[in-house]
Amino acid sequence: MSTHERVSENLNRALHSAIGADEQLYLLGEDVSDPYGGAFKVTRGLSSSYPERVLSTPLSEAAITGVAGGIALSGGKAIVEMMFADFASLAFDSLLNFASKSVAMYGARLPMHMVLRAPSGGGRGYGPTHSQSLHKHFIGIPHLSLFELSPLHDNHDVLERMLTQGEPCLFFEDKTLYTRRMYRDGRIDDLFGFDYIDEERNFARIFIDGYQGSDVVLIAAGGMVERCLRAARDLFIDHEISCQIIVASRIFPIDPEPLVPVLSSADLVCVVEEGTAGGTWGSEVAHVLYGRMWDELPGRIELVHSKNSIIPTAAHLEQDVVVQTADIYRTVRSALHA
Amino acid sequence: MTLSRLADDDLELLLLIRHFESALLDLFSEGKLHGTTHTCLGQEYIPVALEPFFRRSDFVFSNHRGHGHYLSRFRDPEGLLAEIMGREGAVCSGVGGSQHIRREGYLSTGVQGESLPVAAGVALTMKRAGEDALAAVYIGDGTWGEGTVYEALNMAKLWCLPLVVVVENNHIAQSTATEKQMAGSIAGRASAFDIAHHLVRGNDINQIRDQLDSVFAGVRTDSSPVVIEFDTHRIGPHSKGDDTRDAAELARVRDHDWYPVYERQYPAQFRAADERQRELIDTVVSSVESRPPSRWDNP
Repeated sequence: MSTHERVSENLNRALHSAIGADEQLYLLGEDVSDPYGGAFKVTRGLSSSYPERVLSTPLSEAAITGVAGGIALSGGKAIVEMMFADFASLAFDSLLNFASKSVAMYGARLPMHMVLRAPSGGGRGYGPTHSQSLHKHFIGIPHLSLFELSPLHDNHDVLERMLTQGEPCLFFEDKTLYTRRMYRDGRIDDLFGFDYIDEERNFARIFIDGYQGSDVVLIAAGGMVERCLRAARDLFIDHEISCQIIVASRIFPIDPEPLVPVLSSADLVCVVEEGTAGGTWGSEVAHVLYGRMWDELPGRIELVHSKNSIIPTAAHLEQDVVVQTADIYRTVRSALHA
Repeated sequence: MTLSRLADDDLELLLLIRHFESALLDLFSEGKLHGTTHTCLGQEYIPVALEPFFRRSDFVFSNHRGHGHYLSRFRDPEGLLAEIMGREGAVCSGVGGSQHIRREGYLSTGVQGESLPVAAGVALTMKRAGEDALAAVYIGDGTWGEGTVYEALNMAKLWCLPLVVVVENNHIAQSTATEKQMAGSIAGRASAFDIAHHLVRGNDINQIRDQLDSVFAGVRTDSSPVVIEFDTHRIGPHSKGDDTRDAAELARVRDHDWYPVYERQYPAQFRAADERQRELIDTVVSSVESRPPSRWDNP
């Protein structure tokens, strides 16, 4: 395995092995077939290898998700690609009222093996309807788990975890990650290394070599890794502030237990996400942590998120709304000085 | 209206559904039922007529007005009433209630149009398994307002799925007359997708079966979707006592009820069966009423 593998290649390879290994697994989505292979090329090669089970669909997000629910109801498994996470709004009823609800509403547990892949986030100038991070709208739905693509979590493991969960999963994939490289072997760069803090490897931890303890813990998901790393590097070089970055694979529900020892020795805990202000993932994480370890926390958990705004297209306007490295840097500095 | 003579078993099932639904409305007026329900009074003949066409390997999707569909497939008034009343022996532990029921090869949901894409997904796996099974979905005329119906029909035709869409067109969606909520026609909409459409008029079960025999066989052998539209009449309220139709309209609708017609034509056969099913439902009601509440191990 090359250490230089791109995130999209890793995901593509994971899809190939999952579909190859399970005769009952389908993949559906708009323009997913070859030679196009999906708007972000993540499904490249799949329809050629598995033409019966990898299907390009009409532009029908609600019904594609319903079809996936039917496959799951039949005892099969299904992966649906939303071309853009923004369009998951069109599949909301199917996810909320059928797929996730069916796990419990018929009295006995009904396993529903399905994954909705949702390319999300800004930074590419796609504008207000193709750039959102809609995580918050799907938080708190019984029997719906949320995951996020990460350069620290091998997608073979993540995909297997989602497909054996027995409950529908929504997999947010920050578009800017696709062309990035996967991190391997506990190494980020000359300054940072990483490990996992739990047996399940849900939480990766990035740390500065030689600084096992740290002043600041940033909690994030895969899409924020690069910005957190840059902020952590700058904070260390400029002010000798040492940061650890916790990167969650499953972001809801959150199990706080593995986080307790890491957070209880920090001076500052900060949750970072790209979603816009109001009802955020960060506020959910903070709520869970307050409930679990109020007395052990160093103080108020800082939340960094995008502005309460639609996401503009022009690069300078988009940067003003969407969380940047400087926002993380500034929040940490001012919280430590408060 | 004249009706051909039914096999005893068909008549018993028809009357089982009629007395089950009537008992529910009585229980509601006595304040013994919690929540809501939608009865199929007047439309019972549709699932009875279709039942012989369904095999064990088929999957039937029902909707909010689904008691007749369930009883036809399983003949289980006790489990269904226990579900509706939240008592021990409930099919789904009392969690789903009247409109959310699942049993092998059967599922109902409470959101209009939601089950059509799901049924298409089930039909997709059936087609690949190659066992000539089919998925059938009961919808109403009002369901055609939902976009997912068209998304699913499009895919069903494109992918040649063994999907039967059974439309119970009772000409009224809750309180709104169909001509006030539907432009064009169901036939026209099926035709837009190049999907075969069969219109069934009247409520003579034997004639309906003769008419549909080749249709069901065709879905299995050709693996292609069809729309079967029943021109039918709901003689009861949408839910409980919420009928806004005037007396003349209600009288006109009741003219289509099979119950008094069959009684007039075949009095001896009818009365014996009617008495048996009325008593059966009475027994079921008192048995279920006396049971403890259902239990649910929330997963």
